[in-house]
Amino acid sequence: MRRTYLGEFEEVVLLMVAILDGEGYGVTVSQALEEHTGRIVTFGTVHNTLIRLEEKGFVRSELGGATAERGGRRKRLFRVTALGSRAMQEIQQLRQQLWQMVPPNTLQLGGI
Amino acid sequence: MNAPPTRPNRRTAPRWAHWLLTKLHPENTLEEVEGDLDELYAYWSKRGGQTQATLRYVLNVVSVLPPFVRRRKRIEQRTQQPFFLHPDMLRNYLKIAFRNLRSQKVYSFINIGGLAVGMAVALLIGLWMYDELSFNRYHKNYDRIAQVMQNQTINGSVSTAPAIPIPLANVLRSTYGSDFKQVVLSSWTEEHILSFSDKKYWKTGNYIEPQAPDMLSLTMIKGTRAGLKEPYSIMISESVASALFGTTEPIGKLMKIDAQIAVKVTGVYEDLPYNSQFSNLDYMVPWQVNVAVRDWVKNSAQKWDNNSFQIYIQLADHANMRQVSARIRDAKLVNVSEQLARFKPEVFLQPMSRWHLYSEFENGINTGGQIQFVWLFGIIGVFVLLLACINFMNLSTARSEKRAKEVGIRKAVGSVRAQLIGQFLSESLLVVVIAFIISLLLVQLSLPYFNDIAAKKMTMLWSTPVFWLLGLGFTLLTGLISGSYPALYLSGFQPISTLKGTFRVGRFASLPRKVLVVVQFTVSVTLIIGTIIVFRQIQFAQNRPIGYSRNGLLYVQTTTPDIHTHYDAFRADLLQSGAVTEIAESESPLTSVWNVNGGFDWDGKDPNQQPDFAVVGVNYEFGKTVGWQFKAGRDFSRSFGTDSSGMVINEAAVKFMGLKNRNGGSPIGKTIRDGDLRYKIIGVIKDMVMESPYEPARQTLFYISNFPSNFINIRLNPAMSASEAVAKVGVIYQKYSPTAPFDYKFADAEYTRKFAAEARIGTLASFFAVLAIFISCLGLFGLASFVAEQRTKEIGVRKVLGASVFNLWGLLSKDFMVLVIISFAIATPIAWYFLTNWLQQYQYRTDLSWWIFAVSGGGALVVTLLTVSFQSIKAALMNPVKSLRSE
Repeated sequence: MRRTYLGEFEEVVLLMVAILDGEGYGVTVSQALEEHTGRIVTFGTVHNTLIRLEEKGFVRSELGGATAERGGRRKRLFRVTALGSRAMQEIQQLRQQLWQMVPPNTLQLGGI
Repeated sequence: MNAPPTRPNRRTAPRWAHWLLTKLHPENTLEEVEGDLDELYAYWSKRGGQTQATLRYVLNVVSVLPPFVRRRKRIEQRTQQPFFLHPDMLRNYLKIAFRNLRSQKVYSFINIGGLAVGMAVALLIGLWMYDELSFNRYHKNYDRIAQVMQNQTINGSVSTAPAIPIPLANVLRSTYGSDFKQVVLSSWTEEHILSFSDKKYWKTGNYIEPQAPDMLSLTMIKGTRAGLKEPYSIMISESVASALFGTTEPIGKLMKIDAQIAVKVTGVYEDLPYNSQFSNLDYMVPWQVNVAVRDWVKNSAQKWDNNSFQIYIQLADHANMRQVSARIRDAKLVNVSEQLARFKPEVFLQPMSRWHLYSEFENGINTGGQIQFVWLFGIIGVFVLLLACINFMNLSTARSEKRAKEVGIRKAVGSVRAQLIGQFLSESLLVVVIAFIISLLLVQLSLPYFNDIAAKKMTMLWSTPVFWLLGLGFTLLTGLISGSYPALYLSGFQPISTLKGTFRVGRFASLPRKVLVVVQFTVSVTLIIGTIIVFRQIQFAQNRPIGYSRNGLLYVQTTTPDIHTHYDAFRADLLQSGAVTEIAESESPLTSVWNVNGGFDWDGKDPNQQPDFAVVGVNYEFGKTVGWQFKAGRDFSRSFGTDSSGMVINEAAVKFMGLKNRNGGSPIGKTIRDGDLRYKIIGVIKDMVMESPYEPARQTLFYISNFPSNFINIRLNPAMSASEAVAKVGVIYQKYSPTAPFDYKFADAEYTRKFAAEARIGTLASFFAVLAIFISCLGLFGLASFVAEQRTKEIGVRKVLGASVFNLWGLLSKDFMVLVIISFAIATPIAWYFLTNWLQQYQYRTDLSWWIFAVSGGGALVVTLLTVSFQSIKAALMNPVKSLRSE
């Protein structure tokens, strides 16, 4: 199977969805982004990325959780799919392998 | 969301931005995005204040508007669908289409049959138009050949004719020589006897200048195109060659024209096709022979006033037809005497491409001609095809309610609209292709019959790629047009509503169908009215009093003096045989006027009037032979010596000369002067119809001719059978004129031929009218059967409640009757308008009486009623138990 690549921003958003654990939707994802990474992005960027992630099969979504705050409109709540979590784990693993291959002094030099 | 939503920050979030969002954001993600943005707005205003929140709101709204926003795809679009033109799908479409055709036999028959007939008609008309438009194209110089014509103003109106005086040819050659490649002087196409040893035939041909074969690009079978350059030569067509010489070599043989002029065969050319103006050019003889053997031709060489010849030209390579035509306008005017100049002669070129289709002139202006029929039939063809397509569309939409369920199920199991459209279009294409194949067969079978009616020799153009291209293009187009409505309409149904059974075609869904039926019947009724009028007009002209008795009257053309020199003996022999009651000589046949002369004068003549009369030289027995009827005076008689300078004139001549109104007295005894000659009027006859039966008789003068006449008129003895009498006459004729074949014509047959053109239109029009009605009724039959089927339950309930068969019949037939009555109301003014215009061209014409319209409308109603009744009575007679049992 052709491997689906995850962009950097996609990976971060996917992680946020995982962190939020079922409570992730447009607002919470962009707030978490801002809070945890300090990145301020437009809502459209988050919206588009979520749709793209769903098309790739890494998240699934359902409508629900209307509140008065949002004028009684439903949210689209996202959850990570099995495929999504496997992809994240693979990335994690790959990074770890790569980290171990890095000679220690290189990093220290770069760290100064 | 039942409770009215509270919107705490609604007051402050910019309304226009929100409005923009609702208008432009994709619909399927609008709800969540709206909510998210509202929530974010509240969050921002809490953290950074109103202004910042508003700014960020606007920015973020823009970020979710097209083109930045990503669209969420619908779930069904993400499932894999086979491409709707995939071969597997196509095979499936065809299979289903065949099954549908087979399961609905009546419906398929109506569709395919109606379409096939419609296409066959359109094909026939197409072939006919092709044939008309390709007239004269046999000649390679088609674009460069023209005939010289002239306009002359006579008594205030301009008459146009191809009759030209000889000196004009010389002027064209000398003054305008650089414009022409060829200028060819020719006689009219005349009938003469061609003979070789003991074989003799009447054949038609021209005395023509020797460049003609080259100009007409004749295909030579023997000899060369230069053959006519030899003096006393003749070129003959292939069929004449085989008739005269059989298999022997014709070139170099000496043969005779009219048993007098010996000519040598110098060429044989391929027969000219029937759709050439020269189709009856059986032979050609050099112009010089015409000059040598006829004194009057020799004497006309410098005469500008003898318009008895034709000139054909071929343009020089660089010349432009229109410019040359304008340039030679005054070629005659500047060369003629003042007296002839009064006719204002204008010379112009009539190009070969217009000879056949644009041959009519009115007041010097070309008014079309045959081209009108090309248009007329073209339009009829399109209409008949349209009728057939309408049937197809009507039946398909009428069945839509039945097929709606099918559409619902297909959609429910996952077919998309493109596939449904493919399904319906392939069904209609299949029907059309089958219909096309059948129509080709129909055309092939009916072509001989159609050729007969249309007087043509058309063949199917099997080997012409253009024919196939057009045929297939036309099939595809018909299939797409007639299949498009059902395809687009049916495929748009909502599966839910069709499957729930609540699907009902709205009250106005049948409106387009009704409109189409009205269109069909409007066309049909118009055609019926047209046909009746055409036949009435022919009938009217045929019933017109013709002024002589044509039963048992025949005439023989003579070009040799044999009969004339032994006239008395010949007459005596005939009378003695008992086959004949009287014979007479005349200069022209009874059924046409050969001579129109001017230059007459009489007392009280208006000096500005151009005195043109038809002049017929006859002998003393003429009146008795043809049976003309006297209004005043008496017939020629040998017992009065002065009758040799007497004249019998017709009523039209009396009126034309103004003899009646001026002095009230009788015209008898008045004198007509022709130069030095004086004629006394001894009798006035009723007008005889010699030319067109639709026009008033021309003013005609009859005088005693003393030179060899052209025609022998023979009145058969009614006591003897015609065939026996003709045989006896033939024997005696051959005795006196052994060199000429006995080629006789019956006056009534010749007279009937004057109606050939109108009769042909009538036959074709009735043919199309019948087909139009047939196709329309076929469609109506189908519609009625579906309506009856749809209303089965209703009829059952009504019967149970006590409705009679008659009630039900009325109920079911009424709708269709109304439609036909509406079409009749539309068709009447249309038909009236066109037919009034058509009749305008005839001087003698029938009137458009109301009963014709009533009969056509009534006829259409009756036919419709019969068609519909079959279905409605069948439905009304059904046992209600059967129709109500299943639920």
